[in-house]
Amino acid sequence: MTARGKGDFDPMAKIIVPTPLRQYAGKQEAIELAAATVGELLTKLVTEHGELRRHLYTEEGRLRSFVNVYVNDEDIRYLQKENTAVKDSDVVSIVPSIAGGNQHREARSGFLRRRA
Amino acid sequence: MLTIAKQLLEEIGGHGARAYPNECCGALVGVAGEDGRKEVRALLALDNRREGEAARTRFLVTADDFRWAEKQARGQGLEIVGFYHSHPDHPARPSEFDREHALPWYSYIVVRVARSESGATPQRAGQAGGKPQEVTSWVLAEDRSQFLPEEIFPPAASNKG
Repeated sequence: MTARGKGDFDPMAKIIVPTPLRQYAGKQEAIELAAATVGELLTKLVTEHGELRRHLYTEEGRLRSFVNVYVNDEDIRYLQKENTAVKDSDVVSIVPSIAGGNQHREARSGFLRRRA
Repeated sequence: MLTIAKQLLEEIGGHGARAYPNECCGALVGVAGEDGRKEVRALLALDNRREGEAARTRFLVTADDFRWAEKQARGQGLEIVGFYHSHPDHPARPSEFDREHALPWYSYIVVRVARSESGATPQRAGQAGGKPQEVTSWVLAEDRSQFLPEEIFPPAASNKG
């Protein structure tokens, strides 16, 4: 019998990778990883698939603002965020929100507001 | 390269015109090949979740809306291949804010919308207060450093009504 290390008893959760990022995850739609929390799961994911990191995390190591994580159907923002515990057979989904727009106009209107 | 029918490009322009002076947004639904080529088969117009003054310079598709759109696409045997949005009174080029919030692989169609010459009341929702101008498509560089122009087929020039 081999010795067990930390993490060997962690639950196995399935993480769903969104289509645009699958090219950085061995073209897999779903990856099973053992982790105690969502944060650990994401850390393992980007450790195994390093090219995912820049798209999920900022250079400061925070999840990008458009990266949302759901455990089953619950957004982790309404649970315990990255400390949310995962159980065996939980499905963790990375769901992007899509944002954009024209920065120049907002900057200009901001300037006008300051003058007013 | 992104293949999209003239009629669908016109629908994007029409959505931008109705939303003017606000930004509009929606999902591009279609199929993608292994070679990176994508074909848009349908559009899903989405509500811009930014409100008030912010909606003139920003758009937002929430994660819940994303999940809804993905479900609709999959129900048709298709997938989301990108998103479109309008730039009222600004060039059809992605902004720095667009780049910071973009994902790789997706096609990002941007349509410039100018104020309608007819002087329609742009404040009234649902009225075409704007007139669509040029349409472009972009893909985020893998290192996130910039947006790269994406060829639209048939060429955008022949898409002008």
